[in-house]
Amino acid sequence: MSLKATLAVALAALVRNKARSLLTMLGIVIGVAAVIVTVAIGVGARTSVQQSINSLGSNLIVVQPGSVTQSGAKTGFGGASTLTPDDGLAIVKLPGVAAVSPMVSVRTQVVAGSNNWQTTIGGVAPSYTFIRSWPLAAGRFISEGDVGSAAKVAVLGQTVVGQLFPDGSSPLGQTVIVKGAPFTVVGTLAALGQSGLGQDQDDTVLIPYTSAMERLTGLTTVNSLMVSAASATQIDGVQQSVTQLLEQRHRIVPPATDDFQVRNLQSIAQAASQTGTVMELLLAGVAAVSLIVGGIGIMNIMLVSVTERTREIGLRMSVGARGASILRQFLAESIVLSTIGGILGIVAGAAGTLAVAMFTHWPMTIPPQWIFASVAFSAMVGIFFGYYPARQAAQLNPIEALRFE
Amino acid sequence: MGAVVEVADLRKEYSLGNERVQALRGVDLRLDAGEFVAVMGPSGSGKSTFMHVVGLLDTPSAGTYRFEGTDVSGLGADERADIRGSRLGFVFQAYNLLPRTTALANVELPMVYAGVAEADRRRIAGDKLEMVGIAHLAKHHPNQMSGGQQQRVAIARSLVNDPGLILADEPTGALDTKSSQDVMRLFTRLNAEQGITIMLVTHEPEVAAYARRIVTFRDGSITSDVVNERQAA
Repeated sequence: MSLKATLAVALAALVRNKARSLLTMLGIVIGVAAVIVTVAIGVGARTSVQQSINSLGSNLIVVQPGSVTQSGAKTGFGGASTLTPDDGLAIVKLPGVAAVSPMVSVRTQVVAGSNNWQTTIGGVAPSYTFIRSWPLAAGRFISEGDVGSAAKVAVLGQTVVGQLFPDGSSPLGQTVIVKGAPFTVVGTLAALGQSGLGQDQDDTVLIPYTSAMERLTGLTTVNSLMVSAASATQIDGVQQSVTQLLEQRHRIVPPATDDFQVRNLQSIAQAASQTGTVMELLLAGVAAVSLIVGGIGIMNIMLVSVTERTREIGLRMSVGARGASILRQFLAESIVLSTIGGILGIVAGAAGTLAVAMFTHWPMTIPPQWIFASVAFSAMVGIFFGYYPARQAAQLNPIEALRFE
Repeated sequence: MGAVVEVADLRKEYSLGNERVQALRGVDLRLDAGEFVAVMGPSGSGKSTFMHVVGLLDTPSAGTYRFEGTDVSGLGADERADIRGSRLGFVFQAYNLLPRTTALANVELPMVYAGVAEADRRRIAGDKLEMVGIAHLAKHHPNQMSGGQQQRVAIARSLVNDPGLILADEPTGALDTKSSQDVMRLFTRLNAEQGITIMLVTHEPEVAAYARRIVTFRDGSITSDVVNERQAA
């Protein structure tokens, strides 16, 4: 009996019991759809995390003040006010460091004409745009000269532009008042959108860090130092040498703890993607269980089907079907069931993925090898769970099968 | 005419619970091509077991069975299945048609296993339906047909491989008198016009009356083997 004839017989038998066939498939459909959606969500989440981390800047290392103990109470990170622009100047001389920018951030009101807006003022160095890979939309960025003279110049983020100049006029050359001091707008930043944490990155005004320290905070320290390593492979080395340098400069000798903290985004990214992997494994486990349950459903229905069609099997044997033909026919039935279920599952999974993608705005893709794997796996489920019932059918005694009531 | 079935000292034993049942106790019979024989006997006489052995659905415990000149007593399950598919036709009391399947597809079934090409299957099945007089029901499903019509489909199915022998097991057992007569006349016609060899198993004398030879079983042995002088028509 040819493969084509076997498949035709199997299909005919399945079509004879449409409702039952569909319900039996449902287990596999749900299982495969779960696998597809799970994988797509996993890939999407990972890509999304990677993208938002990359958007913070490539090869970025952040130095933040550490914790100090004041009267026995630990302040937590950022409590120590020990980082200075000079630390930054020292770091930039280290090998493997491409750029350093201090960051002085102050949350305050900005006024332009009759409009005002509460935003975050960032005091930064000219290298900031390079470190954050943040292009300008118009005008120029803060120059070394601006930093040297603590010039009252400002570069606006797009959200601030929208709030302060709602009529769409160009902010370039206009004056904005920050804490009573007039700053001239020399440039605007390109829109970056939300960060991975949901913050509006465009809601900011950048000014020279010297101006921020002098006019806004009145301090000689900065909130953080942003260091860009020359390449991804040098991140770990730079992190170590920055730590050593700052320990020297801050005269920290063990057992005293560092009054600063050096973190790189790659390690944050890794942590995030590891969490993702654990989630993925968990979801894949659930999906695998549902596929196995689907397979058991197929086995159950095939056993019922064999019992129900005992006389049919007897008849087929009496008209010349060998045991092997009967085995192949029932095996083909369960494989066709599970494979069609698998294909429907992919369709359902793709639809589910699309829905999740629309909901989360994640860049979701279904890796093609997973589509192939799902179909192959569901066919295997069909073989594995269909074999036992098919063997039961093939081993029937034709006389008893024909007499079966 | 050559012998289609030749059995010598055929015995069949099987165990039913703790008991040994001797279903056939040394049966000798020769069936020539073109014969129409009715096998009669009460239940438990061994006539069904005899039919199963002759139909290669079962193997004898002892004795020899030559089918169309070949010794088939010791064949394995697959070889017996192949002979059933190519040289034997079966008609059962319960028709045994596939439900929700057209008459044509039902008649094609044996040819599917014999590996006949689809176009040929369709043509041959159509011819056989014509031969049994229900070509117009080719597209009907069994549940749209009367018992007599269903049995005709089953007879058409038994004819598709041009079998050397048709085995009919109580073919009229589920039919009313009128349909029984129709079916028996069909057998008679097929035997007379096409020379098809038929072995009919029944316990009804009026059905056996259509055959030209009547063999009676009792307790696993043949008790009478007579020519039916007054064949019904």
